This record gives sequence, C-alpha cells and structure tokens, in this order.
Amino acid sequence: MDVLYFAWVRERIGVPKERIETGATTVAELVDELKAREPRYEAAFADLSALRVAVDQELADFDAGLAGVREVAFFPPMTGG
Amino acid sequence: MQARVQQEPFDLGTEAARFAGAQKDMGAVVTFTGIVRDLPDDPLQAMEIEHYPGMTESALTEMAETAMARFSLGDALVIHRFGRLLPGEMIMMVATAARHRKDAFEAAEFLMDYLKSRAPFWKREITAKGADWVASKAEDEDALARW
Repeated sequence: MDVLYFAWVRERIGVPKERIETGATTVAELVDELKAREPRYEAAFADLSALRVAVDQELADFDAGLAGVREVAFFPPMTGG
Repeated sequence: MQARVQQEPFDLGTEAARFAGAQKDMGAVVTFTGIVRDLPDDPLQAMEIEHYPGMTESALTEMAETAMARFSLGDALVIHRFGRLLPGEMIMMVATAARHRKDAFEAAEFLMDYLKSRAPFWKREITAKGADWVASKAEDEDALARW
C-alpha cells in the first residue's frame, strides 16, 4: 500500500510517500512494524497522541483495519483555516 | 455549492459579489475571510501551507455539504489556498447563503470550526529565526463540541 507523510512527520521520515509491503492488519500494527525498521520511524511515531491518521483519505483511528486499503497517511493535528 | 483548493490568490470582492448576486430566495449572505497575520515579536517572512491533495478537496466538499443540510443553506462556498503566502495575503474564505441571517452566520462559524481542525492543511511560519510548524490549539478542537 502507499504510505504518505505530511508536515513534520514527512520531515522526520525524510520522504513524502513510499510503497510498503506489509502483513499488518491494523494501522497500529503498521506503526509498530515501521518503528522496528529504522530510528527515523521511531522518531516520527514516538508519541502517537501527537499524530493523526487517514485511511484511504478518511480520518481514522489507530485501531482501524487495513484489509483492502490502498493508502494510509500520517500527519500532525491539522491547522487549516 | 463549491469547494476550491488552490495556490493562486482569489479576489474577495469578485467572489463575494458573484456569490451574493446568484441568490434569489436567500435573504442573508455571510462571508468570512482569513488573512496571514504578522507576528508582533518575530516578523513573519512567509507562511507555507501544505495540504493532502485529494483528501483536502473531499473533506472541504463534505463539510460544505454537511453545512448545506444542517443549516438549510441555499448555497455555500469554500476557498482555501496552499503554498507560500506573505503577511496580509488572504488564505481562505467561506460564504454562506440562507433565508435568514442566523443560519448564515452559524453555518459560516460551523465551516470555520471544521476547517481549523478537520481539513488536512498544515501551516508553517517562516521568520528570521527559522521555520516552525504551527501547533494545533486545544480550543480549536474544543470548538467542535458546540456542533
């Protein structure tokens, strides 16, 4: 699936988007998998309360399922307006 | 009803006049405009706004549709810019048209409250000291409880 990062999450991870092959069944499992990969992911995902997630471009929770999902995005709380 | 995400500036007068001029059955039009504010102690050189192409458009459209239904609006317009903006530039605007002013005012506030913390935009302030992501405010999140 495609995994996207925005704002300081993108800066910490170093790429705006990447293709990830994963067996994770929930967003939380995907986060754990990424954190175990490299320190830059651990830095980005250190405090999940500071992060928001969208699954297929809809805001979701970290326990959201990933079956059939094409796109997951991680970002800080939004600051529009 | 229209929701637009764009890099280029918009003309507030043109947009407001076109929006208000298109109403026949609606007696009240409210517009709100957000402007890049300078920082008093550390002059702002620019504000950069990042967004999530695709999700931004659908989120703004969904908010406008919700406002249309909830406040019985005749029409709604949301314009939000992204990219590099200078102090004094207009970031965004909303316009709402209702039969009476209460719904038009409330719908504009509803849209603003949702835009603040549910539309996928992230602001970064650039000053002589460096670049800082704007932190979200607890009161913006709390404002949603009203709706």
